[in-house]
Amino acid sequence: MTASIPTNQTILVVGGGISGMTAALEAAECGKEVILVEKTPTLGGRTAQLYRYFPKMCHPTCGLEINEKRLRGNPRIRVMTMTEVTAVAGRRGDYKVNLKVSPRYVTAACTACGDCGKAVSAEVPDAFNYGLAKVKAAYLPHPMAYPQRYVIDPSIVGTPDGEAAKAACKAGAVDLGMQEETAEISVGAIVWATGWRPFDANKIQPYGYDRIANVITSVEFERLADPHGPTGGKLLRPSDGKEARNVAFIQCAGSRDENYLRHCSRICCMASLKQTQYVREAYGEGENGAKSTVYYIDIRAIDRFEDFYAKVWQDPTVSFVKSKVARIAENKENGNPVLHGVNTEGYHRYATEHDLVVLAVGMEPEVTGVKLPEDVIQDSSNFIEGSRDGGMFGAGAASSPLDVNRAVQSATAASLRAIQVIRKTASTEAA
Amino acid sequence: MSDMNTQAVARYRNNFLKEVEERVEDGHWVRMCMQCGVCAGSCPLGPHWEHSPQKIFMMIRAGKREEVLTSDAMWMCTSCYNCIVRCPRKLPITHIMHGLAHYSHRLGLAPKGQPTREIAKLFWDSLVKTGRVNELKFSLAMYFKDGFGQGIKNAMAMQGVGLGLVKAGRLNPMEILGGHACKDKGGIQKMIAKAQEIENRKKGLTA
Ligand SMILES: Cc1cc2nc3c(=O)[nH]c(=O)nc-3n(C[C@H](O)[C@H](O)[C@H](O)COP(=O)(O)OP(=O)(O)OC[C@H]3O[C@@H](n4cnc5c(N)ncnc54)[C@H](O)[C@@H]3O)c2cc1C
Ligand code: SF4
Ligand code: SF4
Repeated sequence: MTASIPTNQTILVVGGGISGMTAALEAAECGKEVILVEKTPTLGGRTAQLYRYFPKMCHPTCGLEINEKRLRGNPRIRVMTMTEVTAVAGRRGDYKVNLKVSPRYVTAACTACGDCGKAVSAEVPDAFNYGLAKVKAAYLPHPMAYPQRYVIDPSIVGTPDGEAAKAACKAGAVDLGMQEETAEISVGAIVWATGWRPFDANKIQPYGYDRIANVITSVEFERLADPHGPTGGKLLRPSDGKEARNVAFIQCAGSRDENYLRHCSRICCMASLKQTQYVREAYGEGENGAKSTVYYIDIRAIDRFEDFYAKVWQDPTVSFVKSKVARIAENKENGNPVLHGVNTEGYHRYATEHDLVVLAVGMEPEVTGVKLPEDVIQDSSNFIEGSRDGGMFGAGAASSPLDVNRAVQSATAASLRAIQVIRKTASTEAA
Repeated sequence: MSDMNTQAVARYRNNFLKEVEERVEDGHWVRMCMQCGVCAGSCPLGPHWEHSPQKIFMMIRAGKREEVLTSDAMWMCTSCYNCIVRCPRKLPITHIMHGLAHYSHRLGLAPKGQPTREIAKLFWDSLVKTGRVNELKFSLAMYFKDGFGQGIKNAMAMQGVGLGLVKAGRLNPMEILGGHACKDKGGIQKMIAKAQEIENRKKGLTA
């Protein structure tokens, strides 16, 4: 990596998910200088937390690996993890940006051997697994983490555990004296690729996410299916570790609802259709096999995803109930959630038990509640549309609820616009 | 069938949705319904009536005028507001249901002998006559609406409650002898007449 000084010829990309990585790479491969800042200790974003992704059911490794390779080979991109933007001043072509870098307590000398992790005993909630599991307080965020460098949780700094980690590191990479740092940089254009977060299911009171153990969210279900997840890839339900063979998927959990998120999150229909296939793969067809039931208002498998939908529709392990579930109760005897509602096809009232309920939670912009520069324009759901001065752009799921493929397209478009801003700035300065 | 009903049929022909939008309180919301069914599943009276709100709204759009206006559904609504709270489109469902009940009543199509409707009528008549509701006469009328024998049974069953109310000063047995009216009975009646006139004008109703 070169240590070039950022100027107004530099593009800042905020957020290192698949969109931010793409935006940064496209600009850098066009010869532009890029700074990519990511608030967590690793790039990859939420794509890395999927077990597999539709429509081709490939593992996230596919998309991420190639991007990480491109990153490693490109000297024009400076990646800054554990970094957040605290303020933006100036305007199109000439922004001053303040950054805050949190201490990782591990330097670039780390070889990711894992000795520090083995040496400590304290555990912290594992963010990669949405808190479903714990991880040692000296950890690698996930197997595909970029950079491949351990992180020490601040909670063990100043404790014997912290010292044990330091002593265990043969590379001498543990630096417990690291402090929070700030920096001010100049950039010409900014791409906001800050992504999304799952809607807080606790807010949907009738679904009892906070009360019923076997009601979980779709992002948690991805983690259950993943061999790197808390159950080693087995679909075991939280209350008693029993195999979840009879699974209900509730669509629009929070989305398309004036009480919660106004927008259609667009990917959750496809996500549930995909997840029915996880159940199928785990238990197969037959009497005691997989049984998925999708409760929906209408299935929105956009564009060519229709084919995927058509295929799942044919699957004998999957059935569909056209109904927004009214409420979920719990059978206290066996821990089964009981779904209550009316099937609008024929107006049949139901009270149906399942082993496990997966709420297809909506996508909410990660920047909801975050103070962005005044000039940034957001829609009624807080997705980023751009900026009044035309120098800042939304990309990927930060701009709209998008699947990976569309997020990447959107990031490429944002990158091109940012390049145009830089070029204009350069030509006015030359004139 | 009432004249008002014949006129409505002539005026709106097959466009029942438009009729509801123009003449039923909050009726313009009906087209916002996306048929998710959460109101149907949330109604505590759900198993006991023929049509859920969701079904009623679909029937309105499908032009099922007769079935909607003679349905007992809107009379079964207890105003629990469960549906309003959960409706993802924020339809004021409870209010629409009451609006429909009121409209079907005015057209003379509401189901005869439906208990909620009978009670509402008794309540209203008492109110219009004296400017206040005579609790005693109202309760007695309610008990005896299904005949003398049933009335005695009902009254016996409610005896305890009645005596309690008397003790608490909430029910005056002397009210049976005519009962007292509000100070300006005529004023109240004029006010109601005016309100009705405005409503008729707004909704294009002639009665
Ligand atoms: C249950 C579920 C299943 C899904 N399955 C699929 C699938 O099978 N196929 C598919 O195509 N799509 C799927 N998706 C959608 C997919 O997750 C998104 O398309 C993808 O994550 C978008 O990537 P992104 O980079 O735009 O956002 P993100 O992945 O959210 O990345 C944003 C990054 O920005 C960082 N960030 C946020 N705020 C800041 C800040 N202020 N400063 C610095 N950094 C910040 C975050 O830490 C994160 O690393 C699924 C979604 C859900 C909910
Ligand atoms: S994609 Fe499907 S589940 Fe998600 S909000 Fe839209 S309709 Fe609902
Ligand atoms: S809850 Fe609202 S949107 Fe859903 S069916 Fe009822 S009225 Fe329609």
